[in-house]
Amino acid sequence: MEAPASEEAGKMDPAQAARQRWMSVLAKAQLSELESAWKEMPQKPDFDWLRAPETGMVMLRARTGGTGSQFNIGQMTVTRCALRLANGSAGLGYVQGRSKRHAELAALFDALLQDGTQAADLEVKVITPLQAQQISRRKEASKKANSTKVNFFTLVRGEND
Amino acid sequence: MYVAVKGGEQAILNSHKLVAEERRGDAAVPELTLNQIKEQMQLAVDRVMTEGSLYDRDLAALAIKQAQGDLVEAIFLLRAYRTTLTRFGETQPIDTAQMAVRRRVSAAYKDLPGGQILGPSYDYTHRLLDFALAAEEGVGEPEAAVADEAVDDSIPRVTDILNHEGLIEEELAFGDDGPVADLTREPMAFPAERDMRLQNLARGDEGFLLALGYSTQRGFGRNHPFAGEIRLGEVAVEFVPEELGFPIEIGEVTVTECQMINQFAGSAERPPQFTRGYGLAFGHCERKTMAMALVDRALRARELDESIEYPAQDEEFVLYHSDNVEASGFVQHLKLPHYVDFQSELQLIRSLRRRHDEDHREAAE
Repeated sequence: MEAPASEEAGKMDPAQAARQRWMSVLAKAQLSELESAWKEMPQKPDFDWLRAPETGMVMLRARTGGTGSQFNIGQMTVTRCALRLANGSAGLGYVQGRSKRHAELAALFDALLQDGTQAADLEVKVITPLQAQQISRRKEASKKANSTKVNFFTLVRGEND
Repeated sequence: MYVAVKGGEQAILNSHKLVAEERRGDAAVPELTLNQIKEQMQLAVDRVMTEGSLYDRDLAALAIKQAQGDLVEAIFLLRAYRTTLTRFGETQPIDTAQMAVRRRVSAAYKDLPGGQILGPSYDYTHRLLDFALAAEEGVGEPEAAVADEAVDDSIPRVTDILNHEGLIEEELAFGDDGPVADLTREPMAFPAERDMRLQNLARGDEGFLLALGYSTQRGFGRNHPFAGEIRLGEVAVEFVPEELGFPIEIGEVTVTECQMINQFAGSAERPPQFTRGYGLAFGHCERKTMAMALVDRALRARELDESIEYPAQDEEFVLYHSDNVEASGFVQHLKLPHYVDFQSELQLIRSLRRRHDEDHREAAE
């Protein structure tokens, strides 16, 4: 169960890979983005809590020198919840920080995305644009960083043959 | 005889009220918001998260506001809050090779794949006070330069790519299935292994580690360090929820990593090679991670068969005194009433003094 991601990747089924991707996008989305995506939903499904939103922590692990043995670097706040839609689809939210609403919306979208009838539509209308936003924010920061890259040049001194 | 002393309650209540008023300062000046602290005091927030050992920018900003900017007090507040939260588990190890790099420099190699990226750094500023920041109208909205291209998606670590000759020791992932020391659950034990030491140093006081790291450079534990690589950026946090059984990304954190490379003459077991010290912490905190890497290397003396002669090499000395929450508590508890202790000491001194006086009188006679 605790196998590292890289080991899992080899035998991962496509459904699991898809779920990993959208859960990551939902966790890293801003709350305001999720709220407006939710507002656009024509029908808000009823649901029951399997686990009401709860804020806690996870201990972050790192590796000595980046590649060596593991150690604990410190903790991070996380909020989680689980819910079940009226149609039986269960959704899970695990998101960094202390926003219960963020976890709830992530779980709702997670449940809806597992429902075959809506998945394709939500993928196009919600997940793809959110991911595009995240990539664009990252790229913007990265371009600013790249403007500080040093271009070394060598001054030739004296005369060679 | 036991004497209960009461009567401080009202004084304490009023002291709290006085603190609240002083914290607010001049009411004619607008009150600080947490967003202002979070956005404009980022490096203070980073230090509080690192030493408070909890990654949460909002909570760190709140702690800084509540502590009137006293960062060690803010760290204490964050540590205390942490104990109220349930722990869901441990994450997968973060992968700093996959970092979205915003700064990356090496003092050991000039030309390296991925290049030298200065990022947001005070290193090349002149350290002259900038009165533009004091101007009434503020600085407006400064704009960074933007390159056409982003930096490479993943920039390999210097220590991983420039080691063709095997002259730098490798860090190999041993014991992935074994337990990892955790100071939040078990007390320090000696000899302390590297996992426990690194956790202690990661949340250790920056000032203390800086002084110790400095001491190794000045000859109190010669390590001949080079900053092999310092990198800053965002890494994904992967966690395996019990409900799923496979890892998902639940967020991302900013970290600073320092790979220090140190000369090593070799021992009975090891050939001469460069050894390594490691520093890693939340947010942007280079001074902290560089000091951490120096001290980490110094504390490897036992493992590398070096003689332990200096404070930075003495793990009990370093690890027992690095935590500013503990240190501050023990130093500051001296302010609490010690009336009875002091009375008994007074009696002792009086009787010693009487005997001393009598002895002198007899000697004089």
